[in-house]
Amino acid sequence: MDKRSRSFYVLAAFFTLFLVFLYGPTITIAILSFQGPQGGLTFPMRGVSLHWFHDLFQQQAVGDIWGSFARSLTLGLMVMVTTVVVSVMGGLAFRKRFPGSGVIFYLIITSLVIPSILVSLGVGLIFSQSGLSVHWSTSGFGSQLTWTLPFGLLIMFAVFNRFDKSYEEAARDQGATAWQTVRHVVLPIIAPMLIGVALFGFTLSYDEFARTLLTAGSYNTLPLEIYGMTTNVTTPVIFALGTLTTLFSFLVIGLFLAIVVTLNRRRSRLGSDAGKGLV
Amino acid sequence: MTDQTHLFIHKDTGAAPAKSRTPFSLSRLPDAVTGWLLSLPLALVLFFFLVLPIVMIVVVSFWGATEFSIYPAFQFDNYEFLLTSPVTYQVFFNTIKYALITWAFTLVIGFTVAYFLAFHVRTLTWQIVLFLLCTIPFWTSNIIRMISWIPFLGRNGIANSTLISMGVIDEPLDWLLFSDFSVILAFVHLYTLFMVVPIFNTMMRIDKSLIEAAYDNGASGLQTLTNVIIPLTKPGIMIGSIFVVTLVMGDFITVRFMSGSQSANVGRLISNDIALLQYPSAAATAVILLVTVLLVISILLRFVDIRKEL
Repeated sequence: MDKRSRSFYVLAAFFTLFLVFLYGPTITIAILSFQGPQGGLTFPMRGVSLHWFHDLFQQQAVGDIWGSFARSLTLGLMVMVTTVVVSVMGGLAFRKRFPGSGVIFYLIITSLVIPSILVSLGVGLIFSQSGLSVHWSTSGFGSQLTWTLPFGLLIMFAVFNRFDKSYEEAARDQGATAWQTVRHVVLPIIAPMLIGVALFGFTLSYDEFARTLLTAGSYNTLPLEIYGMTTNVTTPVIFALGTLTTLFSFLVIGLFLAIVVTLNRRRSRLGSDAGKGLV
Repeated sequence: MTDQTHLFIHKDTGAAPAKSRTPFSLSRLPDAVTGWLLSLPLALVLFFFLVLPIVMIVVVSFWGATEFSIYPAFQFDNYEFLLTSPVTYQVFFNTIKYALITWAFTLVIGFTVAYFLAFHVRTLTWQIVLFLLCTIPFWTSNIIRMISWIPFLGRNGIANSTLISMGVIDEPLDWLLFSDFSVILAFVHLYTLFMVVPIFNTMMRIDKSLIEAAYDNGASGLQTLTNVIIPLTKPGIMIGSIFVVTLVMGDFITVRFMSGSQSANVGRLISNDIALLQYPSAAATAVILLVTVLLVISILLRFVDIRKEL
């Protein structure tokens, strides 16, 4: 593989097409959301305006978007924090085999592959049959965790598989307790990966539709609200909403990436220079 | 890195040496107890929101329903109705058809993309940048990504108007939107990433000297691909396949949305029953779907030791 072969250019072209396929539709609706007031759901553009964005802010026109956005945001943050904490604990537990770890492991895999509508249906049935009322912060929260926790744990498994145990041994040799080792050695080292877990937790929850469908109760989360809109809104206002939520997702990703970069900078500033000089 | 650890520990023990024997000393507990304590929150969530719901669905699948309510019973009516109805078989056939076609497309695209990233992109920085570019759409809403096909595939959409202006067709193609074609297109759009990530991950772990050895022994590019890379990538392919197949089999929203309610899969059958408040019937269908999915997974898992791969 010394010089660029012909297959490189073929594959590069394929990859570019793949990216166009991934991004094309989203970019299209972003453009179409700037339709003029007379414009429809497809091209040609009839003028350029912010009309449909303006429409979004009219409460009565399109349901309770801002309420559902606030609920999704709160729920996303709740799920994010829980996912990080529980995944780290689970990841630490799974570094050693303990009786029952096999059962829990297969439950995690089941949780990952079970069709999401089954979780929705089952949790909904349990709540209704036991006389509890479903609510996004109780039943919805729990249902979403069955989707975010397996992802968080898989990341933690990958992290701990590549973790150099000699750091911990060094800490123990210096007289650190198990808790001190975790707090001052393990957690700082895995911190950037935890940002990844947090990002997964937040966005999976923020976008989750199927698991929230029967478990959110009378107050919609944003995906449910958008779903409702797709069945009865036939104007570009839905594209405007799509554009805004996509922008918000990018903002969240950017924020998380910025935290990772900052953490890495801080670490290289405070860390050792081992391996950088002459050996 | 070692300096950093020293720094932290000295700081801590230096400031409060007495604290190093806190009652919170996990090391004095046996491993089994620590393991259980640490995985307790996880186990509780999985028990209450995974195990109990599945048990509940199985129980309710034997219940009866009137037009307004459901009542506890132990009868096989739901299953009997389900298994004697030709609709069920048609819908299961559709579900498996969607899963197989989507799997084939995501596998070819996912493998090619991962192969390009892992073996043709030379620097780690570019690998990471291009990989992140592929993952970004994954973080935005599925439903938004589905709607975004409308301006493309509709009667007056970009695809039709381009084809007409190029003179390929005279009239708009109706089967572009609200058809099996658009359903599968959306599936591939939504789920190819689930194939790219595990395959890329396994490919990155392949020792590059193995490929050089193959070349040195006179293997052609194709021979290296089929005899070295594909066998070594098999675990990633299996994990990706598990993701794609289960996501497609359990889906109901994409099929509803992209077929314009004209096609059905098992997920839609369940969600229709739910909409009609026919929970026992929905539960019976759900049980059969679950059994099918678990069968498919157990077949796929025969090819890979998933615990070893993580």
